[in-house]
Amino acid sequence: MNYKNKAFSRYKIRLIFFVLIFLLLMISFNNVIAQNDFPTDDQVNAIAKELYCPVCENIPLDVCPTQACAQWRALIKEKMTAGWTKDEIKQYFVEQYGDRVLAQPPARGLNWLVYIMPPVVFVGGIVVVYLNLKKIKKSSEKVIQDSNINNDKYLKEIEEALNVLNKKEDLS
Amino acid sequence: MLPNLGYGSLVITLIVSIYAIVSAVIGERKNLYKYVESARLALLLTFPLLTLTVISIVILLVNQNYEVQYVYNVTSSTMPLYLKVTALWGGQAGSLVFWAWLMAAFGTAVTLRKWDRDLDLLPWVIIVSSVTLVFFLIMIIAFENPFIRFWTLPSGGELVAMFAPAGSQLIHPFDGRGLNPLLRHPGMIIHPPMLYLGFVSFVIPYAFGMAALITGRKDDRWIRLTRRWTLVAWMFLSIGLILGSRWAYDVLGWGGYWAWDPVENAAFMPWLSGTAFLHSVMIQEKRGLFKRWNMILVIFTYSLVIFGTFLTRSGVLSSVHAFAQSAIGPMFFIFIGLSFIISLAFLIKRWDELRSEGIMTSLLSRESLFLINNLLFIGILVVVFWGTVYPLISELFTGQKVTVGPPFYNSTTGPLFVGLLLLMGIAPLSAWGHSTWKTLGKALWIPAIGSLILLVVLLVSGVRSIGALIGLTVASLAAFVTIYEFWRGMKARHKRSGENYLVALWKLTVRNRRRYGGYVIHLSVVFMAIGIIGIELFQTETQGRIAPGESLSLAGYTVTFKNLAEFDVADGRNVARAVLSVSKNGKDLGELYPRRDFYYDSQQPMTIPGVRSTVEDDLYIILVNWEQISSMGATFKVFHNPLINWLWYGGFLLVVGSFIAAWPDPEKEIELVPSRILRKETGKLVSKP
Amino acid sequence: MENSHTDEPKNQKKLPRWVIIAAFAVLLGFLTLMGWGLRNAQQGPVQVGQKVPAFELTTFDGEKIKTDDLIGKVIVVNFWASWCKPCEQEAAELEDAWRYYKDSGEVVFLGVDYVDTETEAMRYLEKFEITYPNGPDLRTAISQIFRISGVPETYIIDKNGKLASRKIGPFVTIGEITSMIDSALNQ
Repeated sequence: MNYKNKAFSRYKIRLIFFVLIFLLLMISFNNVIAQNDFPTDDQVNAIAKELYCPVCENIPLDVCPTQACAQWRALIKEKMTAGWTKDEIKQYFVEQYGDRVLAQPPARGLNWLVYIMPPVVFVGGIVVVYLNLKKIKKSSEKVIQDSNINNDKYLKEIEEALNVLNKKEDLS
Repeated sequence: MLPNLGYGSLVITLIVSIYAIVSAVIGERKNLYKYVESARLALLLTFPLLTLTVISIVILLVNQNYEVQYVYNVTSSTMPLYLKVTALWGGQAGSLVFWAWLMAAFGTAVTLRKWDRDLDLLPWVIIVSSVTLVFFLIMIIAFENPFIRFWTLPSGGELVAMFAPAGSQLIHPFDGRGLNPLLRHPGMIIHPPMLYLGFVSFVIPYAFGMAALITGRKDDRWIRLTRRWTLVAWMFLSIGLILGSRWAYDVLGWGGYWAWDPVENAAFMPWLSGTAFLHSVMIQEKRGLFKRWNMILVIFTYSLVIFGTFLTRSGVLSSVHAFAQSAIGPMFFIFIGLSFIISLAFLIKRWDELRSEGIMTSLLSRESLFLINNLLFIGILVVVFWGTVYPLISELFTGQKVTVGPPFYNSTTGPLFVGLLLLMGIAPLSAWGHSTWKTLGKALWIPAIGSLILLVVLLVSGVRSIGALIGLTVASLAAFVTIYEFWRGMKARHKRSGENYLVALWKLTVRNRRRYGGYVIHLSVVFMAIGIIGIELFQTETQGRIAPGESLSLAGYTVTFKNLAEFDVADGRNVARAVLSVSKNGKDLGELYPRRDFYYDSQQPMTIPGVRSTVEDDLYIILVNWEQISSMGATFKVFHNPLINWLWYGGFLLVVGSFIAAWPDPEKEIELVPSRILRKETGKLVSKP
Repeated sequence: MENSHTDEPKNQKKLPRWVIIAAFAVLLGFLTLMGWGLRNAQQGPVQVGQKVPAFELTTFDGEKIKTDDLIGKVIVVNFWASWCKPCEQEAAELEDAWRYYKDSGEVVFLGVDYVDTETEAMRYLEKFEITYPNGPDLRTAISQIFRISGVPETYIIDKNGKLASRKIGPFVTIGEITSMIDSALNQ
């Protein structure tokens, strides 16, 4: 029992040893792959697309041709290799270079105005239009009968011609 | 002494236009026709005078007179002739002269028309046009004189001045600095004049609107008189915007056509309010509604034109397109302030008189749908305006610079644009005055079935993007409705008069140009919507570094790098040009040549993509980087832009539609009113009871 | 139809005063904003003689330098970046000037690295053997204080915290730098 146990544990140690070596190899092998393939240009660009560099105003980082932007893309690559996530990288850029690197202002403080203002004005517009349309309802029943007068004469001609036509087609 | 001639005629134009203002004011105050007539003739003079100025500049540019600062700044000896001529609008000073010249041309054109019925409007139209012209002339003469030259003083110092300082000599630089290479593109040669044409011709409807507002005329004469102007202005602005997008697509080399850049927005905003105006004037013509709203819209449009020009030229907002900073900013600011305040003041003064003559009668009537259309256009305008201005607000209150970029605009304006497309499908079928669900449904069901079939086809073919499904279905509804309308009219004519279908279609369109021209424009918008949906929602891209013989693949295309060469070209460029062979599913499709041009005179690089265009998609390749010495490997960025060409097709169709809609009908224009002769005899401008 | 005409005057009330006031207020607010933006765009960098607001530079080594603590000394603020070719022209001269004044203790050099990446910046500092404190322009705060229009730009602040002189573009000779600093020292 004892012996058996000992043999087993020796076997076990050996196994663990081999597994460890194998794992180490795997890891280093993986690292080699990572250095070649990860991150690809496309992966870098996917993040760069959402960033704006102050050197080229209003052009996303992934397509900006300046040297400064090329360096920024290299920085993204560096951080990705170090295992940073997209949000971490973006946060790093904000801390380094300010809010202007983001494609839209972060929703906090005064910046809420960016997002609130358009809907508020639009709702205001809807209210104005609604008030105008409400006037209709009051009078529409009475007016609806004779409101054709202003209609396009030509359109009416066509409508009439079409009606005649449709009737003929129905008959035949 | 060409510079002196050009400058002299600038100064004379200024004096003449100031005279026009004064004379028109006197004529209006004293109700005397002869003063107004004198003002009109003065305004007529401005065009030939400014033409002299423009010709002087062009000759200086073509003759390479580099002693003139403007010529030195925008041309160089390596530039071809057509670029030297178009360098007229390549810089700040020249483009201001060009602006003023167009303003004079339009002012002239407008005063040449028959004024019989509308003499009371004439003095104010002259005043508004001349004031705008005077403002631009003062800016040119005081701050941006294109004729100033380089001089050496006897003391040895150098300076730029209009006239020779005592004892000084002209300096003749050997060569100029050359036009910004970004601007050396066919699109950039036509794009600014189109935009300016659009901008300047919107001044005319505004002048008429203000004239009506000031004189207190309540009828819709000003709208009828300027209908065609508005349409033409709108067309030029549209062409300008489309060419600008095309230029960005071809030259800026970032695979897109529109970046929501402040300067792009500056040109887009008057287009939005102008488009709303174009629709809403029809309600006033047909139903006498929305008089105030139309005034507001025309004032908005003019203000946005001036504001846009201000944004581009003052350096308030930074942008790739912006002109170099100059002293005209404060001047512009004062002009903007005054014109805004004066317009608003008159609007408020006449507010009560401008009430609607009719009343809206039905929720589904054409006018209600137009009202919603206006709401959507103004909604988009507010979003664009806010996004453009917000970075300034942020900097003012928090000291923090921010970017308001495409994600903001796309998510906020996207639904509004879809709403507009939907209206485009419904509104043409609704009647003025009233429509009911029943009448509307009767007309709508055939096109609607067409759209539903398309939706099913899209779903079956594997399209899963919600945005694309909604967008394409709604766009197709608008297209089917428009085609259906043509079909109905054509069929009716055919049955009634026995004309064959083509003749029927032709006569239908010719007899009712405004309506069917409008429909053609609607169709063009559908085309553009398809292009935009294609590139916005289905664009794919990949980037990679490849050695000769290696390839990248994207969307079924395989791009193989053959070789790369670097060489100098006679016109002052260093070119790095890659040769790539393209194949799709094993079939050879020829070669593409993305390149990088480096301009020695301005020390600026340019990335010119290699593009293969078809109806269904574009393959768009940019040369990102390469090995300088060995040219063994290069990095390429490949974009696949589905359907993008529909955007440009739509642009062509838009021009066709605008021409149909704006083509004058000769028989209607002639109105024999003898009042003019009468007025000439009495000498009174307006016969007041 | 007859109904609508009699209804109309009731619907179309006179424009209330508050609407008029609001309209003008919005317009004036907008004009103020534009005017302010224009002033900012036109005023250019900090003017000579103006008080320079205090700022803090965190160097690449993590040291924090506050200009408040440096009152009584002449501060040379140099904006640069590793991607900036003209900056390389003046890098050696700036370092020489720093070594010249270093021991006097009256002059402080601060290098502000504008929109740059740390790796490249460190390589640049190493290449030109720069020893005076350098740090990134975090959130572009410092460049916004000076309203720089590009790199390189150099600002010399006198002992009282006012701007003594500025240089847009690179220095060509060391004499140019020392004469500017000397005149600030002698004030």
